[in-house]
Amino acid sequence: MINSASDKAVKVLANVCLTFLSICALFPFVLLIIASFTENGVAIAEGYSFTPSKLSLAAYEYLIQEWATIGRGYLMTIIVTTIGTAVGLMMTAMFSYALMVSDLPGHNILTVMVLISMLFNGGIVASYFIYSNVMHIKDTIFALIVPGLMMNAFNIILMRNFFKDSVSKEILESARIDGAGELRIFAQMVLPLSVPILATIGLLQAIGYWNDWTNGLYYLTKRGGSAYYTIQLILNQMNEDIQFLASNSAKLGIAVDTSDMPTTTMRMAIAFIAILPVLIAYPFFQKYFVKGISVGAVKG
Amino acid sequence: MVRTQKKKIRWQRFLPVYLLALPGFIYLIINNYMPMFGIIIAFKDLNFAKGMLASDWCGFDNFAYLFRSKDAWVITRNTVCYNIVFIILGVILGITVAIFLNEIRNKIAVRFYQSVVLIPHLMSWVVVSYLAYALLSTDVGFINQSVLKPLGAGPVSWYTEPGYWPVILTIVHLWKSIGFSCVIYYSSVIGISTDYYEAATIDGANKWQQIRSITLPLLKPTVITLTILNLGRIFASDFGLFYQIPRNSGVLYPTTRTLDVYVYNALMNNNDFAMSSAASVYQAVVGFIFIMIANGVIRKLSAENALF
Repeated sequence: MINSASDKAVKVLANVCLTFLSICALFPFVLLIIASFTENGVAIAEGYSFTPSKLSLAAYEYLIQEWATIGRGYLMTIIVTTIGTAVGLMMTAMFSYALMVSDLPGHNILTVMVLISMLFNGGIVASYFIYSNVMHIKDTIFALIVPGLMMNAFNIILMRNFFKDSVSKEILESARIDGAGELRIFAQMVLPLSVPILATIGLLQAIGYWNDWTNGLYYLTKRGGSAYYTIQLILNQMNEDIQFLASNSAKLGIAVDTSDMPTTTMRMAIAFIAILPVLIAYPFFQKYFVKGISVGAVKG
Repeated sequence: MVRTQKKKIRWQRFLPVYLLALPGFIYLIINNYMPMFGIIIAFKDLNFAKGMLASDWCGFDNFAYLFRSKDAWVITRNTVCYNIVFIILGVILGITVAIFLNEIRNKIAVRFYQSVVLIPHLMSWVVVSYLAYALLSTDVGFINQSVLKPLGAGPVSWYTEPGYWPVILTIVHLWKSIGFSCVIYYSSVIGISTDYYEAATIDGANKWQQIRSITLPLLKPTVITLTILNLGRIFASDFGLFYQIPRNSGVLYPTTRTLDVYVYNALMNNNDFAMSSAASVYQAVVGFIFIMIANGVIRKLSAENALF
């Protein structure tokens, strides 16, 4: 090959750049993890570093004392993610199926409704007003589940396109002629054939719920809603108020001595605890995550 | 008789379908359509005792307040300028990384690189704000203590110096989004038929020439479509990036405050319904115009990618 030298150069360059990018992507996480295991006094004197002169587990010991609040936060995250994803996914699938029944009276109204919701929204303040003053969801669990995240036009379109491509019209027609009702067709034919898209959209929705903090920011007040704080909201609250954990534990009736709280390293420890499950689970869902992103791109 | 029976069968068939659509229908009404009518708050002098509908109309007063303040210009400029920079750098970096990924033949290596650069995209903005704090904190941040100090440079007070933030926010945005955009471009790079490359190799073209004359031209439609779609969203800003990373610091507002952050603060911290509703409707309406323009342009260029 004449060009092998230049081709090799491209390959080397590609590897070097991608390695550099990977390091850039990872190093803040490594810093965070090492910082969380640093001795608090050392962290204050030397700053967060990759090579602290003294390590310590004090931050984690303190977090275990605060488990009442953190454990609760985890529980809320899991509840919200499970319910939100399950209900939202079902709702999306059912609605998308209705869009596929093209001779349904009112079919066009449903399609146009989805389309308009993509083009125009009332803005943040109008949504806030409707949810808090008309639907009254402030300081309830619905505040974390309902606004914005349950269903969106984008997922409906992805799902409907998948239904159209993977479930053949002929099979549907013959099932109808054989007298199968629409509910049965949906539950026993369309859904089983659509497991890949259900998994993909479900995963994206679950990540959305797991990572959400804006709904809590808008619809949970610190006084009335902190019992519903998810792990993300605890992190957010701690950004404003590092004493939050202790004060919240006190509210739950647990006396905590805050005088020697290792605040500098504890921040990093709780952030690490928050991302740990995601990092552990990531290798297992990584394939679907990549697929979810590229599937969405096809129909941008 | 036959006709009514036929009708009955029709309804027997369609009723379950309506039931299937019902939850989603109700959700769209509550989540999307009721707020559209909620826009009228922007034209009302809101009085909580009277409620939304009974409050007095005030015409465009709220908008007049908003546009008389110099905030309106700053938040619009910030939102639009950041988006333009993000779009340009996102396309360049996304394509570069996607092409590099395509040059690597080892499947396991491709998967590894892809997974790793996607990790930041998987994290919430709150978590990213902790990572940024670990790097940028004035007294304990990694950059001040471990990079600048050994170089003999004094500590920089990142969180009070607005001048640095356009660069910081751009880096953080790219750091978090590069994995996402390279996956999108990569999926269209691998869609290019290998015949082109084989023919080019036979003709003696090297890798650089192949990238320049095959990959890039064939990516053009994808780039144009995605860019126009992004331009359609130029009035929307990523609330998490602009709220969490600067820690909602007032000193930094001149370079960090975008429409979404402004609306949030006016609504939740200042209880200023007039300003926040005006700004939020301003964003929704101008955003709508941009989306319609973008969609019109895409329909001309590549109809299959248009929203309608």
